[in-house]
Amino acid sequence: MNSFTEQLLGIVSSFKGTFHGAYNLRENGTCAGRKSSANVVISDLEDKSGISIRVKPGTKNETVYIPACVTESGLRDSVTNLFYIGENADVTIIAGCGVHADGHETTAHSGTHRFFIEKNAHVEYIEKHVGTGDADSKEINTKTEFSLAENASVTMESEQIRGVNRANRVTSATLADHAVYLVHERLLTDGSDSLDTAFEVILNGEDSKADIVSRSVARGHSSQRYSSRIVGNSRCTGHSECDAILAENGSVDATPCLSAKNTDAALIHEAAIGKIAGEQITKLCTFGLTGKEAEEKIIEGFLK
Amino acid sequence: MLTLKDICFQAPDGKFILKDVNLQIEDGQLLVVTGPNGGGKSTLAKIIAGIYQPSSGQIILDGQDITALDVTGKAKKGISSGFQRPVCFKGITVRVLLNIAAGRELTANELKSLLGMVGLCMCDYADRELNASLSGGELKRIEIASVLARRTPFNIFDEPEAGIDLWSFQKLIDIFREMKSDSSASQMIISHQKSILEIADRIAVISAGTVVEYGVPDKVLPALFGEDSGCVCPVGKGCGK
Ligand SMILES: Nc1ncnc2c1ncn2[C@@H]1O[C@H](COP(=O)(O)OP(=O)(O)OP(=O)(O)O)[C@@H](O)[C@H]1O
Ligand SMILES: [Mg+2]
Repeated sequence: MNSFTEQLLGIVSSFKGTFHGAYNLRENGTCAGRKSSANVVISDLEDKSGISIRVKPGTKNETVYIPACVTESGLRDSVTNLFYIGENADVTIIAGCGVHADGHETTAHSGTHRFFIEKNAHVEYIEKHVGTGDADSKEINTKTEFSLAENASVTMESEQIRGVNRANRVTSATLADHAVYLVHERLLTDGSDSLDTAFEVILNGEDSKADIVSRSVARGHSSQRYSSRIVGNSRCTGHSECDAILAENGSVDATPCLSAKNTDAALIHEAAIGKIAGEQITKLCTFGLTGKEAEEKIIEGFLK
Repeated sequence: MLTLKDICFQAPDGKFILKDVNLQIEDGQLLVVTGPNGGGKSTLAKIIAGIYQPSSGQIILDGQDITALDVTGKAKKGISSGFQRPVCFKGITVRVLLNIAAGRELTANELKSLLGMVGLCMCDYADRELNASLSGGELKRIEIASVLARRTPFNIFDEPEAGIDLWSFQKLIDIFREMKSDSSASQMIISHQKSILEIADRIAVISAGTVVEYGVPDKVLPALFGEDSGCVCPVGKGCGK
């Protein structure tokens, strides 16, 4: 493992020399380390670059690390990872991605993650993305798909911290009866970064529930596009929220869509885009902060 | 000591919101400002805190003219201001706000005693976000705690009693009374409550942008709460008197 990878791992998966539990480390398109555990079996896919992660039914309190790093300028890495989560399992999956590049060639990681979550299983999915190095063409694209069986649940914590110049994120989920899908996304773009984030949730099951909260800050001349589509096909509840702060000359487009196909579907969308409220800055200034310091504190809290 | 000299404030349309306000608050003194709605009390508080610049007049703190300083500048001189309407922050917790107010990381004990002073339990509130999920009274208590956290020599509280339930209200008065006897800090409280007016060293009544009455409670209170009036009378406008 090279030193850039080690650094990136520290940021995206709190790596401190070892992983506790099953893991697969992908470095510049190849496997740089793997370990399965008694309950979590990781193996190569036969038909494409990527792995399958099989979590045995009933597995409790295990964490699986599957970080990917690209540190070779100009490399375009593409991977497909399949997750099979057995009935009644309860696991945490930490899937960070870091790109380090200098120079002007596009350096990219594109990852497709497909989850098949069986009845009563719970997955906590944590994903952090970061770019380092002076290149202005670091790219991270993700396609994340969840299929939730009856009573299954997913909590997704997703974060793009800094330095990713181009990002295209597509996240989708299909829910059966009583399934629950919660997403908390935090995004920061700066300079001339460009970011697209799109959600699609299909609520097929009775009493299924989805809650998507996306908070973002667009600074510099960066631009972001948010879209969400929640389809309610039965008695269900769906909520999406896009909250964006514009700083300097950042721009954000938000296109929410709600589609209720059942009279008992209750769907809500909230969106708020704008500068930091003047009264928030003023309040922090009454504590002795300068306007600039106040803005930093507010953004820091907002993205926490 | 804070001195306000001939303070005027005009709205963008030219209308005088405040006209020739002269007031002096000695060290350790508690001034309670009262008067009818829309009289200009909060505007005066905002001028002292630097949120508005007066159209004319001077603000003198301990002999130094601080009129031109902005909010940050006035805060650094030791002025704190609890707003009539507290501000919400998405993502900022009570703990973080009080740390920012104090200018350092408060210890668990300090945080506990600070929140305790305003009747909030640390376990329940320290990690709550300052968003609309907090009740009006809770936000108001946190607003007061944020001023107390700063331990500054000049503190403004704009209607601290608003939204605070009766049971906690007495405790709040005790805090103001304690602050008065324990420290050399000056307080300016804007209030409509008789029990707050009663603990004042001086009362100023502001109506239609001017100070229409000023003095010790013994002198001002009878005029405000006449035997037969039973309400805060907007002096000069009459209140069934
Ligand atoms: N920036 C402004 N532009 C125009 N009018 C203003 C401005 N600020 C305050 N006012 C007006 O000035 C008057 C005084 O307002 P202020 O908030 O100071 O009253 P107050 O005495 O605090 O009243 P209350 O007891 O209701 O809190 C009101 O009529 C208000 O509408
Ligand atoms: Mg007011």
